[in-house]
Amino acid sequence: MEWLNTSIDWLTLLFQEWVVVYFQMLPEALQTVILIVLKIVVIMVPLMLSVAYLTLAERKVIGSMQIRMGPNRVGFFGYSLAGFGQPIADAVKLMFKEIIIPTGANKYLFLTAPLLSLGPALAAWAVLPFGEGIVLAEVNAALLYVLALTSVGVYGVIIAGWSSNSKYALLGTMRSAAQIVSYEIAMGFALVGVLMAAGSLNLGEIVNAQRGDYGIVSWFFLPLFPLFVIYFISGVAETNRAPFDVAEGESEIVAGFHVDYSGMAFAVFFLAEYANMILIAALTSLMFLGGWLSIFPASWIALVADIPVLSWVVGDGIHWFFAKMSFFLLLFLWFRATFPRYRYDQIMRLGWKVFIPITIVWLLLVGVFVIQGWFGLGAA
Amino acid sequence: MGFENIVFYVFAGIMVFSALMVITVKNPVQAALFLVLTFFSCAAIWMLLEAEFLAIALVLVYVGAVMVLFLFVVMMLDINVARMRAAFMQYLPIGIAVLVTMAVMMFMVVNQIHIDAPGRAAANYNNTRELGLVLYTVYVYPFEIAAVILLVAIIAAIALTLRRRPNTKHQNPDLQIAVKRDDRIRMVKMDTEEKK
Repeated sequence: MEWLNTSIDWLTLLFQEWVVVYFQMLPEALQTVILIVLKIVVIMVPLMLSVAYLTLAERKVIGSMQIRMGPNRVGFFGYSLAGFGQPIADAVKLMFKEIIIPTGANKYLFLTAPLLSLGPALAAWAVLPFGEGIVLAEVNAALLYVLALTSVGVYGVIIAGWSSNSKYALLGTMRSAAQIVSYEIAMGFALVGVLMAAGSLNLGEIVNAQRGDYGIVSWFFLPLFPLFVIYFISGVAETNRAPFDVAEGESEIVAGFHVDYSGMAFAVFFLAEYANMILIAALTSLMFLGGWLSIFPASWIALVADIPVLSWVVGDGIHWFFAKMSFFLLLFLWFRATFPRYRYDQIMRLGWKVFIPITIVWLLLVGVFVIQGWFGLGAA
Repeated sequence: MGFENIVFYVFAGIMVFSALMVITVKNPVQAALFLVLTFFSCAAIWMLLEAEFLAIALVLVYVGAVMVLFLFVVMMLDINVARMRAAFMQYLPIGIAVLVTMAVMMFMVVNQIHIDAPGRAAANYNNTRELGLVLYTVYVYPFEIAAVILLVAIIAAIALTLRRRPNTKHQNPDLQIAVKRDDRIRMVKMDTEEKK
């Protein structure tokens, strides 16, 4: 053990002497940029891995719901590991496929469109807090920023359909873009309720506004229950997931706006869909289910505060955030295994004639709650 | 200061370039997309001016909503660019008038005639909160009047497009849900028939 300790000492010394010293020799602006890039990598790599393994989870979960095995062949080093290597194999396959650009298509826009749908889904993570103060950019208008970025995601759909130079893709674009734009309104109204209740646009402050002495009971999903349900369902519709997946519609139209895409260009649309799912799950858990807050009342957390592992598990922390996100992601998969696809007029009716009126009425009620001081903000 | 200058010139360059492309490019869809790029770089410059609320609202309202609907229309219509070009001279005086006004205003701002340059805000300055406070106290009447005008515009837009056509086929979900078994099937009792 002695040599291990000395080598660790030596390594830390090496790190301090060389890396830190050289790092401090760089200009200050460059240091900031390097630190931010490192933080982005720390967020992005697990996120992209989650996206990859969400595809496997989807096939496994739906498989077990339909009493099948799901993918169970591809593993590592000759071991199948219940299909654990499947996402890697899929990614490698898609990377080596040819990207076919249709005749008469606008080449630059055709290749930009997938990036435009993936970009906003990733950029929104900049303002999402993972724990108390653990956030890449502490922005005051974070909620607006997220809203703005999710509204930009529709450009990927529109440009993809138009630049493909195909009437089928264009019609698919019209369908899914109209759907996304419609549900954005209900989503925006639901978020207005959240910001009224929290009295802030900062996501960290929104989570902290849900902190109470009784754990789960203090979270916003109870006073804002209709908004919570509407936000999540609109999120499912925004991501074009079943039962709102008329854009995909594999049984009748074989994908709408990305019908002409192949290879990695198609895969990026696929990644964007899953990244958006994770984003919606994260936002719902931050805004309605108290993010990293523990479900247990404060008195219980105080009870176990001295027990080493239990206090960490029971107390607030990033693991609660991940648990809540996983729950919503499971809901996404569950919906897909359960519900038949909506008809197009039903989708539009639900968005415009059911969700928007309910959110507006509930916003009035939230205003009354705020004036009554039920959110701890006072009448001011 | 150096870094901010670089950011400003990069986004200002993109903005001027894309604004020029909006009026010179032949394809109307591409022109609309360049307008989106102009809005984006404009938002970035506003962000640099610490007007984060306005910057994000610009992206949210213009990029996220107005331009999406604009693109919808432009994609669906078959716009004759040549005919639109023909009206160029007709609109030129208006364009020049707008240009002169903008130039005078920019001159006033840059040389600080009647307009003082805003100082740097404190680190905990909340742009959204300050705007809200001003809008709901000092400017509450203009703000409410603007809201009412918008509401009237919404209702007017709906009223203009609302056409009641008698013979359209549409479903009534309430009736569909309210259906009972007896409305759809009729149970018939009959004796078994013998083969003759």
